[in-house]
Amino acid sequence: MHIHKYERWWLTFGIGMLFIFLATIAFAAFADGINPPSGMQQLDPAKVASTPPFDHPGLHKLHDGSYEAYFVAHIFAFAPSSITVPAGSTVTFYVTSPDVIHGFAITQTAVNMMAIPGWVNMMSHTFRTPGTYFLVCNEYCGIGHQDMAGKIVVQ
Amino acid sequence: MTAMQTMRAENRVVIAHLYTSTAAICLGAIFGVFQGFSRAGVVSAPAWFDYYRILTLHGVLMALVFTTFFITGLSLFVTYRSIPRDRKTTAGWLGWTVMLVGTAMAAVTILMGDATVLYTFYAPLKASPFFYLGATILVAGTWIVAYEVLENVAYFRKQHPGEPLPLPVFLAASTFLMWIIATIGVVAEMCLLIPWSMGWTPGIDVMMTRLFFWYFGHPLVYFWIMGAYIVWYTIVPTRYGGKVFSDALTRLTFIMLLLLSTPVGIHHEFMEPGISTKWKMLHTVLTYGVAVPSFLTAFAVFASFEMAARRAGRTGFIDTVKSLPWGDPVFSGAGYGMLLFILGGFGGLINASYSMDMLVHNTVWIVGHFHVTVGGPAALTFLGCAYWMIPRLTGRALWKPGWALWQTRLWFVGMLIMSLSLHYAGLLGAPRRTANVSYVGMPIPNWEPAMMLSAAGGFILFISIMLFVAVAVGTLFANQKTEDMTAEFAEPEPESVPTPAMLQHLWRWGAVALLFALLAYAGPMHEMLTHPAYLAPGMRTW
Ligand code: HEM
Ligand SMILES: [Cu+2]
Ligand SMILES: [Cu+2]
Repeated sequence: MHIHKYERWWLTFGIGMLFIFLATIAFAAFADGINPPSGMQQLDPAKVASTPPFDHPGLHKLHDGSYEAYFVAHIFAFAPSSITVPAGSTVTFYVTSPDVIHGFAITQTAVNMMAIPGWVNMMSHTFRTPGTYFLVCNEYCGIGHQDMAGKIVVQ
Repeated sequence: MTAMQTMRAENRVVIAHLYTSTAAICLGAIFGVFQGFSRAGVVSAPAWFDYYRILTLHGVLMALVFTTFFITGLSLFVTYRSIPRDRKTTAGWLGWTVMLVGTAMAAVTILMGDATVLYTFYAPLKASPFFYLGATILVAGTWIVAYEVLENVAYFRKQHPGEPLPLPVFLAASTFLMWIIATIGVVAEMCLLIPWSMGWTPGIDVMMTRLFFWYFGHPLVYFWIMGAYIVWYTIVPTRYGGKVFSDALTRLTFIMLLLLSTPVGIHHEFMEPGISTKWKMLHTVLTYGVAVPSFLTAFAVFASFEMAARRAGRTGFIDTVKSLPWGDPVFSGAGYGMLLFILGGFGGLINASYSMDMLVHNTVWIVGHFHVTVGGPAALTFLGCAYWMIPRLTGRALWKPGWALWQTRLWFVGMLIMSLSLHYAGLLGAPRRTANVSYVGMPIPNWEPAMMLSAAGGFILFISIMLFVAVAVGTLFANQKTEDMTAEFAEPEPESVPTPAMLQHLWRWGAVALLFALLAYAGPMHEMLTHPAYLAPGMRTW
């Protein structure tokens, strides 16, 4: 097929840009390990309240000084509703839902994932700057959705 | 029947589709402006008609009803006018009736508060079965229209062996082939949802429903975009004395859209558990692929502008832009829509990228984004195109063309204000789909000024839609006849080479597209089937 000269330039430029974007994403994924959350662990939504560690959701300190935080997102609140960690801590968040879908997002960080009944989703973040961070459900879950929020306090 | 009678009968069907879509955008805009003010904290919804019911109506009316009825109307129109024959309009009417019945069923269920599940109806939010049935019937109606378009393709091929299909019909037919493949996803999802909402099955596989939903959800977006491209390629050039830059390239663009629109849906599921990162990565790569036909379109549209400007003795970028008929509401609708798409395309590349999406997922950035894609290039092009179709359907001159022109300008400005402020508030983390964003006593970033500004933009949009409705309805009552009801479609530039036969094989490309879609989903589907999930019983949380 005949393709006009300028068109070829334009297409080369466009597709070239796409490849550059893709290469950046691939680099971030493979070299820096920047991947979206993809928790593959399953959990019966009917048994969230009786399955450790979600039966006592909250913060657990590990030997290496980092933290694991287990959250249950349920209508219309997070359990726990707030946690406190020292500045510089790396926290791995685990979240599941016993009822409908919810969001789990901490503003001013890249923590942003879906809480889906039947699954445990996870994501890590290092909190360098002290302050109070806003934890919010950012997926519609029902009539009280706009009240579903919490806090991450970094001291 | 005489040719004139046939045309009148055809026009009546198209008018039915077009004005149904007008009614939908009118109602949708009333809800939309309310949402803007509610989220800015200026008003709040009464308990008997809560915010989420309003938002469900807005999403369904705008994303599913307005757009779909417009595209079915447009496709019937270009098909009827490009392939004249002594035809019956039964299929067009049947499609319209079925679509309307489905819409009414879903709308009444939402109004009654039995389906406050938003237009994405994510399980395990459990709506009344009538909502799911209504949505399915709406889709079934679109298939009847698809049949009508494709039947005319077959008729033309039989009557004119070896001749290429008229370009507008080729574009409409490839759009509907894409749509048929995409809507398989809805049907599959409904096969899970309907028995569950009837109480026949104890629970639902949530991730499976989401996979099916987004198998449909992304090509839905391209259904709107292809509708707008049909107008940009074949109707808009007639407004500035232009031509189709290249017939072959246009067909190639639509074939690429047909092939690449479906196998990308997982880019809506980046933040979800239960899908491995390899499938998320695959769909990221394919998503970048589907940007290519839009690059081609940007080129072709500008090239067509430039050729027309050169013929008129104007050269250079500024001069070319100035030579365009910005005072014509048909052109300005599409023209401003194209400008908004620059913003939309840029944002889209960010959302689609696997890792950057974390920063914007489910924030109002996304709301800002789709209002400059479906609300910009698609909706505004459709409104402009309505100003072109209405006189050709009714035989009446447009009532208040000055209002029509101001409508497109206000839409552009209102959309820029609303969308840019939503993009900004989204970067601060303001969540989408919430009745308000005040979160009393919580440490929220200062996104309130941006939300106020977005409400102001929404108000301008509301005024714009009211002008549109006034012109569209006013034309039906004002008695200014026009004699000429013929619809001309743009011809290809004379120097372009004949279109290769390879680009004519619609059915074959449709089959390849289906294969692509199945392949792109085979991996994730296999993963889900081999790791059966716990079923969620579902509930009504509103
Ligand atoms: C008068 C013009 C409009 C205004 C003021 C408006 C305003 C809004 C606002 C403020 C939201 C966000 C609500 C939230 O997340 O809580 C929204 C959502 C939405 N709008 Fe519009 N909009 C308008 C026109 C349109 C058009 C023309 C379309 C598409 C053709 C559209 C499609 C949507 C969709 C699909 C949603 C998402 C609904 C959801 O999240 O479930 N809107 N609109
Ligand atoms: Cu929520
Ligand atoms: Cu998409």
